[in-house]
Amino acid sequence: MDTKIQLKNRLTTAFSENQKPLLNIYFTAGYPALDDTLPVLRALQKSGVDMVEIGMPFSDPLADGPVIQRSSEIALENGMTIKGLFQQIKDMRKEIHIPVLLMGYINPVLRYGVEKFCEDAAAVGVDGVIIPDLPVREYIEDYEEIFQRNNLSNIFLVTPHTSPERLKLIDEHATGFIYAVSTDSTTGNTKDIRQQEAYFSKLKTSGLKNPLMIGFNVRDKESFCFAADYANGAIIGSAFVKAITGSKNLEKDIDVFIRSIR
Amino acid sequence: MNFTVDKNGFYGSFGGAYIPEMLFPNVEELKEKYLNIMHEESFIEEYNNLLKDYVGRPTPLYFAKRLSEHFKANIYLKREDLCHTGAHKINNTLGQILLAKRLGKRRIIAETGAGQHGVATATVCALLGFDCIVYMGEIDMERQKPNVERMKMLGAQVVPATSGSKTLKDATNEAIRDWINNPADTHYIIGSVVGPHPYPDMVARFQSIISKEIREQLKEKTGSENPDYVIACVGGGSNAAGAFYHYLNESNVKLVAVEAAGMGIDSGYSAATTFLGKPGVLHGSKTLLMQTEDGQIVEAHSISAGLDYPGIGPIHSHLFETGRAEFLAITDKEAFKSAVLLSKLEGIIPALESSHAIASLAKLNLKPSDTVVVNLSGRGDKDLMTYITRKEEFLKD
Repeated sequence: MDTKIQLKNRLTTAFSENQKPLLNIYFTAGYPALDDTLPVLRALQKSGVDMVEIGMPFSDPLADGPVIQRSSEIALENGMTIKGLFQQIKDMRKEIHIPVLLMGYINPVLRYGVEKFCEDAAAVGVDGVIIPDLPVREYIEDYEEIFQRNNLSNIFLVTPHTSPERLKLIDEHATGFIYAVSTDSTTGNTKDIRQQEAYFSKLKTSGLKNPLMIGFNVRDKESFCFAADYANGAIIGSAFVKAITGSKNLEKDIDVFIRSIR
Repeated sequence: MNFTVDKNGFYGSFGGAYIPEMLFPNVEELKEKYLNIMHEESFIEEYNNLLKDYVGRPTPLYFAKRLSEHFKANIYLKREDLCHTGAHKINNTLGQILLAKRLGKRRIIAETGAGQHGVATATVCALLGFDCIVYMGEIDMERQKPNVERMKMLGAQVVPATSGSKTLKDATNEAIRDWINNPADTHYIIGSVVGPHPYPDMVARFQSIISKEIREQLKEKTGSENPDYVIACVGGGSNAAGAFYHYLNESNVKLVAVEAAGMGIDSGYSAATTFLGKPGVLHGSKTLLMQTEDGQIVEAHSISAGLDYPGIGPIHSHLFETGRAEFLAITDKEAFKSAVLLSKLEGIIPALESSHAIASLAKLNLKPSDTVVVNLSGRGDKDLMTYITRKEEFLKD
């Protein structure tokens, strides 16, 4: 049974049109200050980033390390909410042309209402969603149809221990790209991804139908280039959040960070 | 009506395994193997022998004569407070460590709030010579110093959880993060009927020894296995799940789950999840949770550190939704007074958690002919400082 879904949005187009390794940057909405979401997004686009993930802060981010935990905590103290985020980015498509994904945990999305969340995300021009604690089975049974109807990609994670059968299932239902978690870890760990060569090689040669992006513990030019050799690109989160922590000049600091990567 | 878990790990609409992919292989391995291991003859024999000789089971079912006169009903106390380490928690930690041994995992992690589950975990790790790392909220470490010292004396490493509210929920987050970072050699011993499937079912099964014994002991004492009421306090709900387990399908046995109202249900300082919560996902399962309109988890409050969790196990959400159990909420003050009452009437100083269950006796319309079993989940030694320092405040009128 071929259940491969064909979506066409900025995200899927980005992969079909680009050969160079794609740089995807994660940042937390409402951080460092509540109204920094759009300025950070703007600066990232200006610095040449290929796509972004905007983190929707949650009180209990159990897949995240200390840096993103702390940024989420501050964002929540700043008053960040999903509703507030949609308000902040409601006109972003007048100026932002790169793909935008939202990343967060399932509980705030459930409270918002999954269907309404997808509709509102699509309406402001979001291309995809990453919810690490939404199980594959629940997604397929309860939400896949809603995501498709709204032309939203759902990004699944795979890890060094994801079985070949499961990888195949995920590949069948993935739209956009598959997010390969580099090592057994939470975000922003100090584990060295260069020891993951065997796992990356296996992914690269496994005949996936979907593009592959590598994330977790990608933090600098060296690790970015290493990961990009095995995938369509890589994702940097904690290292970027750290780089803008305490920034007095977001645009400049963001540009310096992105230039240090490529 | 079915009150046990279905093949996908759900109790009605609650439960499941809402976990990031990093935890999938570990949780899947546990799901595939836990029932087989628990049914192995060698496992059952080792577990039962240790329950008897090490934990001190069966615990007595004690007819509390003066308490019965006070409340004008026939009240029995299931004496889980007499278990080794002072609470029912060890029924579960012992079962899980024997399971971990069979899974070949010798590094054990756990979360703890008041420290009771941490102590019970450190104890069984010492018993088997396994490494033990216990995550505990920084604030709880200050509040529960003696238990921190007990864990250390037992050879465990106690790691402070410094994120978020620095209490049980955050200690649980840290334990889960540890498991994500150490998937190969580590087993996570969750202390309550919470977490992703199969944890709620596995912990309930290990605690079900409580109601298995109650049935046998009550039959011997009264001629009937079934009381009119079974009462237990609920934080995450492990002692309640154990006390209810063999009565779930006995519809003439009323099940009473007692939550912590804290300073009052609407005070902003409460842990009464069924009164204040809405369905959501935390720590891997869908259940009732105290949360904001935006889906952020809020902090729970109770004088009893074992009850201040912002959720309840999915089995309890299901018992609440179906009306199979009645849920009551008891304030800090009511619980405190009941601890003093039980001490004076029966010579038993209960844990503050269990005092909530005792306090609920006054809220039920008990008849003199009623037979009531209260699960006395833990002893009060750990709460002595609270009993000393807050006496004036709670007993003045």
